[in-house]
Amino acid sequence: MIELEGLIKRFGDTTVLDGIDLEIQEGEIIVVIGPSGTGKSTLLRCMNFLERPDAGRLRIGDLDLDVTRARKAEILALRRRTAFVFQNYALFANKTALENIAEGLIVVNRWPRAKAHSRAHEILERIGLAEKANAYPASLSGGQQQRIGIGRAMAAQADVILFDEPTSSLDPEWVEEVLGLMKQLARERQTMLVVTHEMGFARDVADRVIFMDGGRIVEQDVPSRLFTQPRDERTRDFLRKVLANQAASLGPEGSHSRGEPDNGQDSIKETP
Amino acid sequence: MRELDFGYMLELFPILLRYLPLTLEMAGAGMVLALVLACLLAVIRVLKLPGLNALTLLFISFFRGTPLLVQLFLFYYGLPQLLAFLTQINGVTATIMGLTLHFSAYMAESIRAAIVGVDRSQTEAALSIGMTNAQLMRRIVLPQATRIAVPTLMNYFIDMIKATSLAFTLGVTELMGATQKEAAGSFLYFEAFITVAILYWGIVELLAWAQRRLESRLGEAYRR
Ligand SMILES: Nc1ncnc2c1ncn2[C@@H]1O[C@H](COP(=O)(O)OP(=O)(O)OP(=O)(O)O)[C@@H](O)[C@H]1O
Ligand SMILES: [Mg+2]
Repeated sequence: MIELEGLIKRFGDTTVLDGIDLEIQEGEIIVVIGPSGTGKSTLLRCMNFLERPDAGRLRIGDLDLDVTRARKAEILALRRRTAFVFQNYALFANKTALENIAEGLIVVNRWPRAKAHSRAHEILERIGLAEKANAYPASLSGGQQQRIGIGRAMAAQADVILFDEPTSSLDPEWVEEVLGLMKQLARERQTMLVVTHEMGFARDVADRVIFMDGGRIVEQDVPSRLFTQPRDERTRDFLRKVLANQAASLGPEGSHSRGEPDNGQDSIKETP
Repeated sequence: MRELDFGYMLELFPILLRYLPLTLEMAGAGMVLALVLACLLAVIRVLKLPGLNALTLLFISFFRGTPLLVQLFLFYYGLPQLLAFLTQINGVTATIMGLTLHFSAYMAESIRAAIVGVDRSQTEAALSIGMTNAQLMRRIVLPQATRIAVPTLMNYFIDMIKATSLAFTLGVTELMGATQKEAAGSFLYFEAFITVAILYWGIVELLAWAQRRLESRLGEAYRR
């Protein structure tokens, strides 16, 4: 189980995270939504200390950190228990697809190279890129690069994978393959915390959707309720705008889950 | 007007070739030491280590801001007057010292730029999977910075080979010093100096060829 307690992060005078409390169960899939600049990325980045929080507690498994007093070894331990998937993929440009996935196993977990490579091969199979093992990132499509980014996170065998808008940089043609891989992980009950604007994904896959605004969690609920009966005015506003946008960009058919069959339940009402 | 004495040039060539090793030794030693020092200075600059950073800036400013010849004279003729233990310093050592300090100042800046030029998000990715700063420098940043820095560093190496000719002003009989002596004996100045020019030119062209091969090998990962 993962627990955040009173997490606070300031940049200069502005408080970007204003006391975040959050519990994540093992195997839970959580989607975080909210307007731009409300601290969604900062929350994820604080969870593996890419940003150092200013106050709060972080508990992951047996690791219990007072963030103000976290020592180097504890930060490294925390980072091993959390994996990150970046919006811009952030693959190691000097390493092949296989090496990108094996790198952490070799350097951080100190596995022998052969063992790390054979694990990386298994992961490449699972993400459907076995034939690209020796390709360098520059020669791959955005969708393939992001799947390798996810593969690198899978290799870490972290307690939770943090996704920061994993499909936002992708050309539309590659979005579905990346979401597909994320759904596959969700079926395997990989614990994930996903910041995304893909409402279809949130509705279909999330166990819980969190709406953030102004550095706080405004409300959270199962997607069926949060999308159809949001309690807070800000949530309603946000959903109205986002869904109007997505409907507009998807054209007259108005299918919000990018061509997937609508299961009829929990469907998000398009606002008039 | 007189005719070029090709025969003399052909004779001179193997004689001068004997001094090539000393020239290359000075350039090689200067390059290795300058690289080590430059990496150190670059890391101080990148990490902005307090105190050291200011000293580094002063160092770089001085050694880029004054002529190499002045620096060489300062080390060879000037310093021993102040520091007694330097009286045994010979011309070769003084040259290597001068080349090292002078070129490290330039190289530090290009290495720094190369390190900063590696996409910051890759550093974050490496941190996110639990790598330490030293690990991510060694495995991710420096290999890519090397590729960015190689063309400029090779240019400095080429410059350094040519700059070793200044050692003759410190009484070192290297390629240039030997040519000077030969020319003074034969009075065939044009033939002597065009021969040594061709020799330098040949070495530089050889290095430029090696540079192109190295760059294409380092660029392998980046071809689409
Ligand atoms: N390194 C930083 N230094 C200063 N301010 C920052 C820094 N990183 C983020 N901020 C500020 O913190 C606020 C929250 O940023 P954050 O990136 O977490 O928002 P977000 O919810 O992820 O937004 P988006 O949907 O646009 O990605 C913003 O106002 C941003 O300008
Ligand atoms: Mg963001």
